[in-house]
Amino acid sequence: MSATQLAAASNAAVYASMVTLTFAMVAFAISFASGRRRVAVLAPAPQEIDSAGSTALLIKSTVSTQSTVLTKSAGGTPTDDQTGRRSANIGMSLTWLGFVLLLAGVVLRGVWAGRVPWGNMYEFSITAALGILGVFLLVSLRRDVRWLGLFIVIPTLLTLGLAVTVLYTEAAQLVPALKSYWLIIHVSAAIICSGAFTLAAATAGLALVQSRAERRGKSGRARVRTAEKLRTLTYRVLAFAFPLWTFAVVAGAIWAENAWGRYWGWDPKETWAFITWVIYAAYLHARSTVGWRGDRASWVAIAGWAAFIINYFGVNIFINSLHSYSGV
Amino acid sequence: MSKPELILPPMGALGFVRYTWRQLTSMKTALILLFLLAIASVPGSIFPQRGNNPLRVNEWIADSPTSGPIFDALGFFDVYSSPWFAAVYLLLFISLIGCVLPRTKVHWRAMFAPPPPAPRNLLRLPESMSFEVSASANEVLARGRKYLSGRRWRLLVAENSIAAEKGFLRETGNLLFHFSLILILVAIALGGLFGWKGNVIVRTGQGFSNTLTQYDAWGGGRFTGASRLSPFSFTLEKFNVEFDRGEAQRGSPKLFEADVTFRRLPGTEAENARIEVNTPLEIDGAKVFLVGHGYAPHFVVRNAGGEITFDDTVVFLPQDGNFTSTGVVKIPDSDPQLGFQGIFVPTAASNNLRGPISTFPGPDDPAVFMSAWRGDMGLDSGAPQSVYRLDTASMDQIGIVALRQGQIWKLPDGSGSIAFTGYQRWASFQIAYDPGKEVALLGAVLAITGLLLSLFIRRRRVWISATVNSEGVTVVQLAGLARIESADLPGELELIRDAVSDLPDTASATSTDEIRE
Ligand code: HEM
Repeated sequence: MSATQLAAASNAAVYASMVTLTFAMVAFAISFASGRRRVAVLAPAPQEIDSAGSTALLIKSTVSTQSTVLTKSAGGTPTDDQTGRRSANIGMSLTWLGFVLLLAGVVLRGVWAGRVPWGNMYEFSITAALGILGVFLLVSLRRDVRWLGLFIVIPTLLTLGLAVTVLYTEAAQLVPALKSYWLIIHVSAAIICSGAFTLAAATAGLALVQSRAERRGKSGRARVRTAEKLRTLTYRVLAFAFPLWTFAVVAGAIWAENAWGRYWGWDPKETWAFITWVIYAAYLHARSTVGWRGDRASWVAIAGWAAFIINYFGVNIFINSLHSYSGV
Repeated sequence: MSKPELILPPMGALGFVRYTWRQLTSMKTALILLFLLAIASVPGSIFPQRGNNPLRVNEWIADSPTSGPIFDALGFFDVYSSPWFAAVYLLLFISLIGCVLPRTKVHWRAMFAPPPPAPRNLLRLPESMSFEVSASANEVLARGRKYLSGRRWRLLVAENSIAAEKGFLRETGNLLFHFSLILILVAIALGGLFGWKGNVIVRTGQGFSNTLTQYDAWGGGRFTGASRLSPFSFTLEKFNVEFDRGEAQRGSPKLFEADVTFRRLPGTEAENARIEVNTPLEIDGAKVFLVGHGYAPHFVVRNAGGEITFDDTVVFLPQDGNFTSTGVVKIPDSDPQLGFQGIFVPTAASNNLRGPISTFPGPDDPAVFMSAWRGDMGLDSGAPQSVYRLDTASMDQIGIVALRQGQIWKLPDGSGSIAFTGYQRWASFQIAYDPGKEVALLGAVLAITGLLLSLFIRRRRVWISATVNSEGVTVVQLAGLARIESADLPGELELIRDAVSDLPDTASATSTDEIRE
């Protein structure tokens, strides 16, 4: 394929992915809207299970099937439920398709440029979108997170939309500072983190909404989990992302030492990476501080994501920094 | 029974100290200090910082004569060395030490303590199960013991129960992480106190030797003396640059590299090296980094009598991505003094010289725009003068002209001429020595290791009890408890159940536990 064909193919794949994801978004939205069931009182609290008599109700043959008990105890009309589930499944399939298309777009971009596709902000952004989808789909292999789809597809589409409209640049050589294998290590870690941080911000935001509903005595949307479950998921995702982010920052420091002669120089990009790191460290602390575990911790998780986004868009575009290679 | 009453001892001085200490080392304080650290870091990314960009700081202050000095006094231009920033991180680290030391002691003890014995009613625990087996109680306990110790659980074996605990590495990892943070701080301090960093511009063909006087800018820690600089030297033989000529990112640098010859000690044999952006040259622990480059136009100045008063290349500093560069030529010995302000453009706009703006960073069509001044350039005032700036306060302008390479300008007042004969390239180097960086790296690696241990290892306890009921059947109870929510504990219990029961397939066994979801 010639260079122009490669370029066209890469762009076409990115656009096709956006169209697919838009349909996925609609499917998830339908699923979300049809999930108006209430989560009924799920199970007696542990302390109520004290005698053999009351536990007998809950006996089941294997531990892994216990969730079936849960679904049965929830009310709601079956049609509603079926529509919801079906469209969620369609949403998931479309998300996979969108992911594959976007992967093709990113790879073709790399082939076209003859290097890793991380030379400017357009390329960072489409790869970050890929990272968001990738982390979500990876999690979906291990647990049922279809209900989260809407909140993943929306930020992905926003990222891609911004990429193709505002940030688009033709492929070009890497500026010399980016020619390093640390680029690959540092940026790939950061991109996976961008996916995980986005996922965690989505679950933390949902946890806030749910916990508000729960405080008002409602149980919120059934397709969305309880606030406590959402907070646990947020923690899981961030427990994975935090060491990786630490690693990304350290890799960046090693690279900076190699390129500029100092491993840390409080350049705005470095500063915001540090701020992001500190906020997420605070999140992990909040999880084990009395009075901070619930909504406050969720807010801290969202603040961490905000710092990450400020670093990505704000610093690249508005602040003059050694790291300004946005290409915009 | 009367209500219990809380009676506090009188506080006193010691009590106050103890109270303050306890507050300082509490989780809540750590959390607040972490937030403060995040917030305190922000201004440094908004205001220009002296350490990175002293020129921009000066401009900023000059542009806002009222607020500038106030912000300056508050340390907004030196955020990361300001007292308030230091206060936040020092408090945080004191809190950290005060928090981690006692925890280390507790953890040390816990590592050698036996796990707590089985509670009376195991089925009260959130994760538990109960089933009957045909083997004897002793047999069940022996199997359980074998299974658990094979998996490196810590055991306490009682008459008809086993208590087991695992996952101490979690707390070990957490402590390792926090200690590593201290190590990193020490490394930074080490670099700050014993390290140094200098910048120098070297023109092609010129040399540099590592002494203080040769640097354009130099900063060293408190314990770095000039005598500690290792006496190496190098010469910039050749400087290669290439710029992108494609449509997309026209003018962005594709490559730049400096070919140098260097000597580790005066008089030793010269070695060749190539310094590129991501490949510094390391000499004797110090690293030489290529950080920038630019043009040094060559001028020949003659006086009215035709004698050469100046004949050299002059470093011009780039002002934009296309290397529109500015610089000055000073002829202090002529009477009256003569000075030139110049703008060098590597690619002048074609045909008519539109103005002093370069359209491409490569030297496709170099030109200079010179403005000549005569008078007193203020060298006698004693104040140090920048070599890149001409103080024209007591000078008169005698003319402006654009010169192409090879052209000569006869000054309008007949006092001589200036010729633009060509140009050289220069490269700027940052030379840095940081004895703390290896320690910092070690700290970072340990911190990540500690984090991984601490976030992915779960500390958990399990208990097995085996008793014989009234019908003579062995009843086994299993229970587990995890410090943090753990999805795997039920699975772990199932494995233990399989290990202690008679058949590999235990479909007949019934288990009870809480419904999780
Ligand atoms: C430089 C400042 C600090 C940073 C960056 C920091 C960071 C962290 C991080 C990332 C974690 C979660 C990972 C882990 O469990 O190992 C953590 C946990 C913890 N930190 Fe810190 N920390 C700092 C200071 C402190 C201080 C001052 C205290 C004491 C008050 C403290 C007490 C703890 C405790 C008890 C945990 C365990 C929480 C748990 O079990 O989940 N940390 N810290």
